[in-house]
Amino acid sequence: MSRLELLSPEGLRVDGRRANELRRIACKQSVLSDADGSAYYEQGNTKVLATVYGPCEPRNKGQALHDRCIVHVEFTVAPFSTSERRQRSRSDKRLLEIASGIRQAFEAVIISTTYPRSEISIYLHLLQDDGGNLQACINATTLALIDAGIPMTDYICACSAGYIDETPMLDLNHLEEASFETPDLTIAVLPRSGKATLLQMESRLPADRLEETLHLATEGCRQIHKLLDAAVQENTGELILKYANAI
Amino acid sequence: MQDNEYAVVTDKKEISTATPGEPLTSSAKFMRGHGTYIENDKVVSAVAGVVEQINKLVTVRALKARYTGEIGDVVVGRITELAQKRWKVDVNSRQDAILMLSAIHLPGGVQRRKSESDELRMTTFFAEGDLIVAEIQAFFADGAISIHTRNLKYGKLRNGTLVKIPPALVQRSRSHFHTLPCGVDVILGVNGYIWICKHTPLEVVEANPENIYSSQNDAISETDRSNIARVANCILALSHQFVHIHETAIVYAFEASLPFAIKDLLSESVANEIAVETKSKLQ
Repeated sequence: MSRLELLSPEGLRVDGRRANELRRIACKQSVLSDADGSAYYEQGNTKVLATVYGPCEPRNKGQALHDRCIVHVEFTVAPFSTSERRQRSRSDKRLLEIASGIRQAFEAVIISTTYPRSEISIYLHLLQDDGGNLQACINATTLALIDAGIPMTDYICACSAGYIDETPMLDLNHLEEASFETPDLTIAVLPRSGKATLLQMESRLPADRLEETLHLATEGCRQIHKLLDAAVQENTGELILKYANAI
Repeated sequence: MQDNEYAVVTDKKEISTATPGEPLTSSAKFMRGHGTYIENDKVVSAVAGVVEQINKLVTVRALKARYTGEIGDVVVGRITELAQKRWKVDVNSRQDAILMLSAIHLPGGVQRRKSESDELRMTTFFAEGDLIVAEIQAFFADGAISIHTRNLKYGKLRNGTLVKIPPALVQRSRSHFHTLPCGVDVILGVNGYIWICKHTPLEVVEANPENIYSSQNDAISETDRSNIARVANCILALSHQFVHIHETAIVYAFEASLPFAIKDLLSESVANEIAVETKSKLQ
């Protein structure tokens, strides 16, 4: 049985993209009216819904900090998100790890000293899984936090990249990610300063290839930043229009 | 109508917006206001919203944010917790507001000293889950709100229903207590919580001071009930269509809603129709 060809001789990937191309990204803020902030984010066939509540009174009083707010992240995967229906428990280590990675990344940018003794809760729902869950979750969270009016020093944009057939590849889909020999990494950067708040890699990548793969992922983050910024500006414009017409 | 609405916006073309991380000024001469931070001597936006400048002060106002209190605001809230000599009250803010036992109107005379027995009887005044209307009195060092109910206008709420709307749609005004022509009282909390209840004349409240901490609803007639429900749905309909909520708007919306059944008011087409009619009457 031959190995699935992830990169054709013409330089095209299984879904027809070139190595340095992102999947189609669609996003929308303020999708839920009851939450303080919400966002829906699609990257290819990976679909995420992010909801932000807060800043509000912490549910667990003992955790409250006297000088800043705490950030609480919960990540759930819908049973219908994968091709095989599967119910995942809330205490799934994999999900907890992703949630804690996202929490740490965002604690670095949220200006938390504005809200002492408060809590910001972020709920992430993966509705469809086609690879790149972490990056989609981070980008969706950025949009939802901005929608909630929570002060942040910058956006956080995340992107994944892998290394297939001696070529660095941007934004892996599920098929590419799942293949055994694909090393892949996810990086989250603050696009304006270029600083990284999260870097995750769980497989082996030749050390001399790390830099170019990282560089490609960072370039992807910059592209994503432009798209997110456009979405935020559109939403802000819409809200201004609504309030300007309010009597 | 539509052309008119856009004209309002194009007149205000000087509105400038910012997104997080966007530098707003190029020199250190400016002062940093809400929604901004300073990096390398530059004022940088921290939220997505409208940039406002007053002399040297630069602020960015997020369009959707939680309620931030000001002293003197009338707020409607729900008791969430009892603590030492105080209640915690949810007022849609970033922290629960605090109502001290010393900041309420105790039954049996204003000048009465607070005794230990009052502390033990705190649940008989306000219990968890009770709705109250209060005024913001002060702020604590960490920014938490302190509220008081030392007036017969304020206190426990009953005989009605609560509606939650975005706080930005309620503007501060001279009075937040209104009696509508349909015989319904409305309390417009600046925090976006609105209380709609059966009308009780002030004389009746003053004549029965022992009733101010009662949790028992009075008998409410069928017409009162439907009027309360209609006003509640009118307010929700207006808020979905981004109309500021004040007494006149509610009265106009109520009149416009009369041809429709109460439950239909929440459908988007009817809500829009009511909002358009209310807006045209307001202009």
